[in-house]
Amino acid sequence: MQLIACPWCGPREEVEFSYGGQAHVPYPDAPGELSDEEWAHYVFFRDNPKGRFAERWNHSAGCRRWFNAIRDTATYRFERVYRLDDARPVTS
Amino acid sequence: MTGPFRISEGGRIDRATTLQFTFDGQPYTGHPGDTLASALLAAGRHQVATSIKLGRPRGIAAAWAEDPSGLVQIEEPFPEPMLLATTVELSDGLVAHGVPGQGRLADVPDSARYDAVHHHVDVLVVGAGPAGLAAALTAARSGARVALVDEQSEAGGSLLSGSDVLDGAPALEWVASAVAELAGHPEVLHLQRTTAFGSYDDGFVLALERRTDHLGAAAPRHLSRQRVWRFRASSVVVATGAHERPVVFADNDRPGIMLAGAARTFLHRYGVLPGREAVVATTNDSAYDAALDLHRAGVRVQAVVDARPEGSPRRREECEAAGIPVLPMSVVTGTQGVDRVTHALVAPFADGQVGAAAAIACDLLLVSGGWNPAVHLFSQARGRLRYDEALGAFLPGEQLDGLSVAGSAAGVFDLAGCLADGRRAARAAVAARGIPAADDDRLPVAPEPVVPAAPLVLWRVPDTSAAGGSTQFVDLQRDATVADIARAVGAGLRSIEHVKRYTTIGTAHDQGKTSGILTSGITAELLGTPVRDTGTTTFRPPYTPVAFAALAGRDRGRLFDPERVTALHDWHVAAGAVFEDVGQWKRPRHYPRPGEDMAAAVLRECAAVRTGVGILDGSTLGKIDVQGPDAAVLLDRLYTNLMSSLAVGSVRYGVMCGVDGMVIDDGTVLRLAEDRFLVLTTTGGAAKVLDWMEEWGQTEWPDLRVHCTSVTEQWATFPVVGPRSRDVVGAVFPDVDVSAAAFPFMTWRDTTLAGVPVRLARISFSGELAFEVSVNPWYAVAVWERLLDAGRPYGITPYGTETMHVLRAEKGYPIIGQDTDGTVTPHDLGLAWAVSATKADFVGKRSFARAHNAHPLRKQLVGLLPVDRDTLLPEGSQIVEFAADGQLPPPPVPMLGHVTSSYRSAELGRPFALALVKGGRARIGGTVHVPVNGTLVPVEVTGAVLVDPEGARRDG
Amino acid sequence: MSPRTPGADLPEHPDSLWRNAEPRRSYDVVIVGGGGHGLATAHYLAKNHGITNVAVVEKGWLAGGNMARNTTIIRSNYLWDESSAIYEQALKLWEGLEEDLGYPILFSQRGVLNLAHTLQDVRDSVRRVEANKLNGVDAEWVEPDEVRKICPIVNTSADIRYPVLGATYQPRAGIAKHDYVAWGFARRADEAGIDLIQDCEVTGFATTGNRVTGVHTTRGTIGAGRVALCAAGHTTVLTDMLGIRVPVQSHPLQALVSELLEPVHPTVVMSNAVHVYVSQAHKGELVMGAGVDSFNGFGQRGAFHVIERQMAAAVELFPVFARAHLLRTWAGIVDVSPDASPIVGMTPYDGLYLNCGWGTGGFKATPGIGWALAHTIAHDEPHPSVAPFTLDRFVTGALVDEHGAAAVAH
Repeated sequence: MQLIACPWCGPREEVEFSYGGQAHVPYPDAPGELSDEEWAHYVFFRDNPKGRFAERWNHSAGCRRWFNAIRDTATYRFERVYRLDDARPVTS
Repeated sequence: MTGPFRISEGGRIDRATTLQFTFDGQPYTGHPGDTLASALLAAGRHQVATSIKLGRPRGIAAAWAEDPSGLVQIEEPFPEPMLLATTVELSDGLVAHGVPGQGRLADVPDSARYDAVHHHVDVLVVGAGPAGLAAALTAARSGARVALVDEQSEAGGSLLSGSDVLDGAPALEWVASAVAELAGHPEVLHLQRTTAFGSYDDGFVLALERRTDHLGAAAPRHLSRQRVWRFRASSVVVATGAHERPVVFADNDRPGIMLAGAARTFLHRYGVLPGREAVVATTNDSAYDAALDLHRAGVRVQAVVDARPEGSPRRREECEAAGIPVLPMSVVTGTQGVDRVTHALVAPFADGQVGAAAAIACDLLLVSGGWNPAVHLFSQARGRLRYDEALGAFLPGEQLDGLSVAGSAAGVFDLAGCLADGRRAARAAVAARGIPAADDDRLPVAPEPVVPAAPLVLWRVPDTSAAGGSTQFVDLQRDATVADIARAVGAGLRSIEHVKRYTTIGTAHDQGKTSGILTSGITAELLGTPVRDTGTTTFRPPYTPVAFAALAGRDRGRLFDPERVTALHDWHVAAGAVFEDVGQWKRPRHYPRPGEDMAAAVLRECAAVRTGVGILDGSTLGKIDVQGPDAAVLLDRLYTNLMSSLAVGSVRYGVMCGVDGMVIDDGTVLRLAEDRFLVLTTTGGAAKVLDWMEEWGQTEWPDLRVHCTSVTEQWATFPVVGPRSRDVVGAVFPDVDVSAAAFPFMTWRDTTLAGVPVRLARISFSGELAFEVSVNPWYAVAVWERLLDAGRPYGITPYGTETMHVLRAEKGYPIIGQDTDGTVTPHDLGLAWAVSATKADFVGKRSFARAHNAHPLRKQLVGLLPVDRDTLLPEGSQIVEFAADGQLPPPPVPMLGHVTSSYRSAELGRPFALALVKGGRARIGGTVHVPVNGTLVPVEVTGAVLVDPEGARRDG
Repeated sequence: MSPRTPGADLPEHPDSLWRNAEPRRSYDVVIVGGGGHGLATAHYLAKNHGITNVAVVEKGWLAGGNMARNTTIIRSNYLWDESSAIYEQALKLWEGLEEDLGYPILFSQRGVLNLAHTLQDVRDSVRRVEANKLNGVDAEWVEPDEVRKICPIVNTSADIRYPVLGATYQPRAGIAKHDYVAWGFARRADEAGIDLIQDCEVTGFATTGNRVTGVHTTRGTIGAGRVALCAAGHTTVLTDMLGIRVPVQSHPLQALVSELLEPVHPTVVMSNAVHVYVSQAHKGELVMGAGVDSFNGFGQRGAFHVIERQMAAAVELFPVFARAHLLRTWAGIVDVSPDASPIVGMTPYDGLYLNCGWGTGGFKATPGIGWALAHTIAHDEPHPSVAPFTLDRFVTGALVDEHGAAAVAH
């Protein structure tokens, strides 16, 4: 069980958080103008890299805030957590 | 004194107290401080069990958890399968027997308690041997918050098994002073009988404390038997020591053959001589200590058989001085004996070749092939291991953040080195936490270490006999031999993981604590590859077995999952309600009167509501307070219909879909103010809908000024339903004009009752005139009872969820999660009217335009009426085409859909059902078949609304 | 000598399993992934289609991924026609597999109980049973007293937190021994001349226009007429190299085992609501699956609180398990699709075939998917049983949504 550093609450137990999948997948500006395929990609398709992944977490049993994280899906290690209004960090 | 092999003094046992126990039906005695193994050995009993496949006698081969051999079943005080005799602390009245292969579970419930504790520390030290104690003292003296855990009954680790000296005194005196000093530090937690069994990310370590097992039947009932400690440590110091490993030779499994270090433990710690005549076979210097100690204790040491070409001149001199013959360049090739070793076969050994063997009589054969650092916790924490050619062992191969390994677990084998290494690790841990080191962290002075002669790495003695390694046991618990490994390699297997699976080595109770490295070594030898390339199988938690119940802890029975009950729960219980689990809630399903079954009770409750008045505890409905200037915008985007146009004081039904266009929840929305809504959700959907609103609000539309808060528990809600509900509500709230004109359908009003705020809403889930009464739960019982009192003249009837379901189904109102399954759109449910055509977008809208959503054979919600007016279709029944011959065709039979809800209707006087049917609306008026218990029931397809389709009743 | 402990040992493996082949320059078919699905596909390519110029390339050791880590439950009582068809096809193959492979795979048709604990569970269960019957799949609804007869150790008392309200029962379902299954397929494939190449990780694909022509590996480039992906949780690692988006997410799924115990548990019990699925394997150990860790992960490990929750559920439903011991925990990587159904068949590339998204259902499908994928490769068109499981369904919306009635199914 990991410690996850909520940007507002600091490091807390993993059980307090829920997972939200890939980050930076914005709701389309005009869904009605998308083709079925484009819409399907928004609804169902998410990246699934082995390694560094920008993803969403919610401190659901704490402050209930959503935030983003850069985490390595192979090691599970969190490299960075950042608020939704922060720009996506540039990672080397 | 207990047993002929117990020496008269020394050791950590209490000879003044005698404990009685039974093993394999025989009575024995022992002392506090004994393990089952030491007590049996004191009695001269070595054989504990027979082996799993071959039925060979098996004894005690080690002194603690690394024993691959002595498995026992506990019968008293409570049956427990598969424990090691070496780790069972003796208690009075213990009854146990050897386990040939399978343990036995008790057939009565385990009444013991188990619990768990979270504990946060700066430094967690695992192991209270010299390195661990040094680490704990160093950290404690700096003022750090420290936990020290150790699996044994007392601290000391390897010092309990020898005669070491510190500061010129017996080392155990220092152990005692160290323990006392730690006890004086308020921020130190010191636990013995506590095994750290799992090591995870970020300093999370799980440990099992055995709190009462050593007390046997005398254990106090109020104490938890075992406790799981969940440690979170800034730094973990792993000082878990090392396990001695054997050398494999023919017939190496007989009782009386044990690791050399284990014999020292039995002697020094338990005051037991494991034999009278010993042969010591070794590849390194450490076994000489066993030979010399046993000699001093009166054991005749027949020979030290040292495989090394050079051996150790110093050690050889010590032995010669004691009159112990040393046979260099020699190995044990095999043994004789049946249920106990009688002879060791000793042969010259040079350049990998074995010469002719001679038998040496012995009743104890001690073996040492070197030491394997106990790297389990390091490896579990994803630490990379490196193979050390000189030691023939895997060592920590990298530095981990927050976890360091100290002492012999890190390959440091001398006492002074272990103390210093423990202190080093603790200083680093404390410094990493930003805590200054103590001014004085002095440690005792150990004698100058003598550099040992180089060990020889020898996995197995070549077997030139016809047996071909088939009696050279690598994994005693699995009866797996060198010959099995050779077969695996011969079959084409190259990966150590394949060899493990082929031979089953390492899969038994000990999870390969001794056999793992032997298998790597022997496999590498057979393949002609380096051991570092063969590698080792993965170390997985737990380090030692842990009872299921210990991990379950308190989360059992009623605490398995929290029960949520409403403010009226006790009233419902007193009224004889039968409850239903809805999510975590307990909801009254119906209120049977004496002699009534559910069907009768529900018919009565339904009739009362449709003809008089009923009252339901609807408090479990989810309630979300949505506030902010943009509250209406958020709801417009999440509901399929328009909420921003809702007038303050009014109520609107709404449907919510996922982005895939499938219905996820429905409910009513009250507009409390321009910037405030109260959203009612389904009971099961409440948490999900709040999550959903917050997710969208925060992640997609952070510009919206809106906040959502669950107020489910802040309101108790009672729908008062039926043609006489106006009379009841009007009587209880005389200041409210409850007339249809003044208080129309789908509006709400606030009022007070005896100064208590109450909200009334004209919402109906039954089609009848209805008022939902909401109040702070503190006043729930009082308001409920006033409503009952006022309703008594009209026969007001409390009703449960079953009646609620019947009434709503008669009106064709779907229950999300019952009449839907995540594949149903609002259009499928006939709720197109609740899907806004004017909104540019809302969540799910785009998905409605996908090709499949326009398919004419989508499943649609319809009503079903069994033609016989009698059959109650089981919910879940499948629907097939009408078969003129009344016979099902052979499978696969095409299915049209299924029955989602099915009830007897008091109003209709017949059973009816709701169903999802392919192209269902086009089939209205047609007949289909429903297979029920092997017969086809003809059923008419109808619209979903069967009662009051005009909606004439809602205003009473 | 004492008699051998009943059931405590297993049939021996044969003296010869497979060659350790070196990769050749090219093959008619290269199968990426030497797990159960890849090995079964290789076997049926040879057996059913006479295609033997085949390599199976495996980045680690054969059958060392989910095949070595699953809880070996085999059943076909799925809700939807498309699902029950493919799993039932597999189950029929399981019933003849020991003979086909000439290997003691220990397929034990001891039946599977899927428990219902809420009224909605009951509705969903009846719905599934009735659908199974109409599809020719053996299934029945059993009341609590029958549950107790089938598996006496299940706690069917009414006073537990979520009482057992009944169960679905599939008598033909059961368990098998996973290593034996994989090695049986591997040995047959090897005998047919198929190269099983281990420690051979695919690092890229060779393409010509819209056709995949080979794989680049840590052991060199291997040409291929056709390439099939049988990489489970690692599928997207491969498809990302080709720019194909596949809607699966990889999650850790943990499992655990107890010590060897005298027989107490005669069947397989699964419960979605209390979240237990457990059988007592051939040697006597309790084999149990835990929940899926929610986050994406390729680490073959999960968090321990998931195991603790699993133990609580196990002891709740099986009080006699209280003093059984957890011996070992581990994790596999499940590739989960949006509708909890697999994705199999053609891809945007000619000569490239996809097989993923099996989630927790992969093991039980092994012979069925091997059969169907071999057909798909041989004929360059989907076998009828996998035709509904196209990648395209996520665009049209014609999903095969097993969430509704199956939740976490194994």
